Amino acid sequence: MTGTAAFQTHLDRLEAESIRILRETVAECRKPVLLYSIGKDSSVLLHLLLKAFYPARPPLPLLHVNTTWKFREMIEFRDRIARETGVELIEYINREGIGKTDPLNDPSRHTYVMKTQALRQALADHGFDAAIGGARRDEDPARAKERVISLRGAGQRWEPRKQRPEPWSLFNTRLAGDETLRVFPLSDWTELDVWLYIRRENIPVVPLYFAAERPVIERKGALLVYDDDRMPLNDGEVPQPRRVRFRTLGCWPLTAAVESTASNLDEIIDEMLETRVSERAGRIIDHDPSDSMERKKREGYF
Amino acid sequence: MAAVTEPATTMIAERLEALVNRDTLRIAICGSVDDGKSTLLGRLLAEAGMIPEDRLAQMVRDSRKHGTQGGAPDYALLLDGLEAEREQGITIDVAWRYFGTDKRAFIVADCPGHAQYTRNMASGASNAELGIVLVDARAGVQTQTRRHVAILSMFGVQRVLFAVNKLDLIEYDPARYAEIERECAQLARTLGIAHGDAIPVSALNADNLVASSPRTPWYAGPPLLSYLEEVPLERRGEAAFAMPVQWVNRPDHSFRGYVGSIAAGRVATGDEVIVMPSGQRSRIARVIGGDGDLKSAQADQAVTLTLADQIDVSRGDVIADAAQPPQVAAQFGCHLLWLDDVALLPGRRYLLKLATRTLGAQVTEIKHRIDPDTQAQLAATRLSANEIGVCNLSLDAEVAYEPYARNRRLGGFILVDRETQATVGCGTLDFGLRRDRNVHWQHLDVDRAARARIKGQQPRCLWFTGLSGAGKSTIANLVERRLHAEGFHTIILDGDNIRHGLNRDLGFTDADRVENIRRVAEVAKLMLDAGLIVLVSFISPFRAERDMARALFNDGEFMEVFVDAPLDVCEQRDVKGLYAKARAGQIANFTGIGSPYEPPENPEVHLHSGSEGAADSAKRVIEALGL
Ligand SMILES: Nc1nc2c(ncn2[C@@H]2O[C@H](COP(=O)(O)OP(=O)(O)O)[C@@H](O)[C@H]2O)c(=O)[nH]1
Repeated sequence: MTGTAAFQTHLDRLEAESIRILRETVAECRKPVLLYSIGKDSSVLLHLLLKAFYPARPPLPLLHVNTTWKFREMIEFRDRIARETGVELIEYINREGIGKTDPLNDPSRHTYVMKTQALRQALADHGFDAAIGGARRDEDPARAKERVISLRGAGQRWEPRKQRPEPWSLFNTRLAGDETLRVFPLSDWTELDVWLYIRRENIPVVPLYFAAERPVIERKGALLVYDDDRMPLNDGEVPQPRRVRFRTLGCWPLTAAVESTASNLDEIIDEMLETRVSERAGRIIDHDPSDSMERKKREGYF
Repeated sequence: MAAVTEPATTMIAERLEALVNRDTLRIAICGSVDDGKSTLLGRLLAEAGMIPEDRLAQMVRDSRKHGTQGGAPDYALLLDGLEAEREQGITIDVAWRYFGTDKRAFIVADCPGHAQYTRNMASGASNAELGIVLVDARAGVQTQTRRHVAILSMFGVQRVLFAVNKLDLIEYDPARYAEIERECAQLARTLGIAHGDAIPVSALNADNLVASSPRTPWYAGPPLLSYLEEVPLERRGEAAFAMPVQWVNRPDHSFRGYVGSIAAGRVATGDEVIVMPSGQRSRIARVIGGDGDLKSAQADQAVTLTLADQIDVSRGDVIADAAQPPQVAAQFGCHLLWLDDVALLPGRRYLLKLATRTLGAQVTEIKHRIDPDTQAQLAATRLSANEIGVCNLSLDAEVAYEPYARNRRLGGFILVDRETQATVGCGTLDFGLRRDRNVHWQHLDVDRAARARIKGQQPRCLWFTGLSGAGKSTIANLVERRLHAEGFHTIILDGDNIRHGLNRDLGFTDADRVENIRRVAEVAKLMLDAGLIVLVSFISPFRAERDMARALFNDGEFMEVFVDAPLDVCEQRDVKGLYAKARAGQIANFTGIGSPYEPPENPEVHLHSGSEGAADSAKRVIEALGL
C-alpha cells in the first residue's frame, strides 16, 4: 500500500481530471481510440490511460498515423512501448500518398495527405466515434477556445459555432448523424506541466528530447537532424555533428532541433524556464501565417 | 552530466520541487467590452514573464497592423485566437489561459463581455474558485458588472476580486477609487458573495499587476499576482464521502471495480457505504489508485473501489458514506440558464445529465425569470438564450444529489436536446420537491397534447398497406426498432395478431373486412390520444376503408405508406404459404387472387419493396416522418 498520499498539488488535480475524461469517453462512446503520436504528450496520455483502467488493461486501442517520415528512434520507441504495455497498437499509413508527396518540397501537402487525410481515413475505416488526442490549449492561441470534447461534423470538420458548452466539465458525448468526437484530456496542461509530470512519474520518452551529438545540417536557419538518405544534400552540405535536442517531434525534415546541452529532465525543464520560446517555433510547417493552426483544424487536423 | 551536489543543479532541483508541489487556482475573469480585460491579462502574463519571446515579437509586429494603440504594443493581441474574432474585433467564446508562478498554477477562464454571451460565462464560472471582475474606473459599477457578479454567484463562486482598471484615466485619485471600492463591496454583499475584494490597477501602465505601484501609495494591499498566489483555497474535503460511479471495470470474473472521481469527502478501506438511489449497503474492500492500492482517497481523486459484497451497482449510481447518504428525489426546484437559440418550453422532453447519470427530464413550470441586471422576478412562459429562470424540474426517475450550494459536482446539471443532441441548458439543483408538496402537477391539464409532450413526440398513425408478402410487417418492425432506439414510444398493430384477438369474430367477407379496418382505425386513434406513434400493418385492400381510417385523424397525423411489390414477387416469396393455398382454392377471397387490391392514389410514402431493400424502405419512412 502506498498509504494516504497527500492529494492537493496542481499535478495531482490535472492527473485526476484527465483520468476522469478518459473514463468518461470509454463509458459513453461506442468505439473510442487513442491517437498515439509517440511524442511527450502521447507518452503522458498513455501513462494516464494505463492508470485510468488499472488494474485492468485499457479497453481501447492506440492508433498511430505514420507519415513514413518519422525519426527511426520514434518508431523503435513506439514498438517497445506497445510491447511493454500490451496495449493494442494500430498503425495507419496513407498508402496512396507514398511517393506522391514530399515533405522536403511541399511540406503543407505532405502534412495534409499523410497526416490530416490519413487520420480522417483511419477514423472512418475503423468506425471510431471518438478519437482521444494529446493536444493542449496552451500550444497555440487558436486552441485557447477548443473544448475538452470537440464535436466534428461531416468530414470531421470543426465548426466553431456548434461546439457545446462544458459547465462543470459535464460532457455531452451524444452524436447526431455522422458526427464524431475529438477528446483532449490534456487540454488544461501546459508544456511545463507535461515535463514536470514526466519527471514525477518517471515516464519514458523518446531519447530525441535529450541533447546528444547528432548529424545536423543547417537550412534557412533551421537545424535539421539528418535521419536517412531520402533527403538529397545540397552542394557542399555535409551533416555536422552538433549537440542538439528536440522540443517537439514530428516528421524529421519538418522538425527543427535546438542547440542544447540539456541531457536530463531537470536540465530540459530548466532550459525551458530560461529560454521562453514557444514549442511550436520548432515546427517548420506552422511557420506560414499565424492563423494556420485554425485552418488546419477546420480541415480535420488536430 | 553534472554531479548532484553542484550548487546550480541543486538549485534547479529545488525550483522543480517547488513547481511540482504547487497548487491550483481556477479563475473566471469577466468584464464589459473595453474595460480592458484582454489588455490586463496580456500585460499580466507578459510582466510575469509567461509569454514566450517569439509570441511577444509576433504581438509587437501585429500591433502595427491591427493594434488599437497607434502602433505601440497592444497587449490585448497576445490573447486573440480565431481569425473571425480578430476581424470582427470581438470575443465570442470562453478562452482558456494558463500561467503560473513557483507557488501556484492558474487556470483562467477568460469570459466574453457581451450581454448576449452570458451563456458562455457558464463554463468559465462553473468550476471557478475566484472570479475577477473588471471595472472601468471612469464608470464605476455598471449594469454589466452586476450581471457578471450575479452569474458568478449563481454558479457558486464565493470569492470575487474587482479589478478597478484604467486608474491612469482618473489620475490615480484615491477618493474616487474608495468610492468604487465601496460600491463593489456593496454589490458583492447584495448578491450573496462571501468575499468581495478590490484592487486598483492600470493595465496600460502595469500598475499593481506584478509589483506595487509607486503611483498608488495609498493602496496597502498586494499587487494582483501576489493576491492570486496567496488567496486561500476552499476544498471539499470536510463533507461526507460520495462518489458517482462512472464505469464498472470488469476485465474478468475475478474483478469488479467501481470507477469514479470522488465528489466529496474521504473514503478508506473498511468504510461502511450505501449505494444510492437503491439503498443497498456494503463495505469498501479496496481503494485502488493508478498503480496500486491506497489506504484512503479524497475529493477530486480518480479511483477504483471494490466492495465487500456482490451488489448491483452501475454507472450513474452514487456510492456514499452509509451514515450520511446524499438525498434522493425526482422533482426539484432549480436555477436554469438557457444556452440554446431555440427557447426552453415547459413540458418539452430533454435529457438531463447530473454527474454520471443521464435520464429523461422536463421543466414542469417556470416560476419566474430573473432580470440579470436588477435581480427582479419577471413572469415567463419560456426561457430564451442567455435567460435565467427559477423552475421546477421533473425527472423520469429518482436520483441521488446534493443541493448545488453544498456540492457543485452533485448539484450541477446540463440539459440536452433529444433531436439535435446539443447542450441546450445548464442549471443548479436547489432543493428536492417531495411528491406531496408537488402542486405543479395540477397546472397541466392532462389532454392529448400533454400526454404527447411527456413522451417528447408528435403522435402519428403510419398506415402500411399492400399485398400479403409485400413486406409490410418487416418494414414496420424495422421502423419501430429505429424509433424505439431513438427514444420514441411506439406500438405496432399487425393484421395477423389483431385477427387472433380483438377481431377473432371476423372473417374475410367484404362486410367483415370493413369492420376489421374500422376497429383497427379506432384503436389506433385511442393510442394516438395516448401519445403513441402507431404503426398499422394491414393489407387493407379497399381505398374507401383507408379513407375512412384517414378521416378519424387530424391533418398531418395520418400517413399512408404504400408497400408496393408486384403480385408475382409476393407470390414467389410466399412466406406464409398462403398464395399456394389460395391458388389451390383452399382460401377464398384472397387479396390479389380471389379479391382485388386497390392501390392508393396519393400515398404519403410509396415504397417499391419488390426492388428496394427493407432497410432502405424503413429509412425512407423515418425520413418522411420528419421527427
Ligand atoms: N488608459 C487606459 N486604457 C486602457 C487600460 N486598459 C485597457 N485600456 C484600453 O481600453 C481599450 C479596451 O481594452 P481591451 O483590453 O481590448 O478590453 P476588453 O474588451 O475588456 O478585452 C483598449 O483601447 C485598451 O488600450 C488602462 O489601464 N488605461
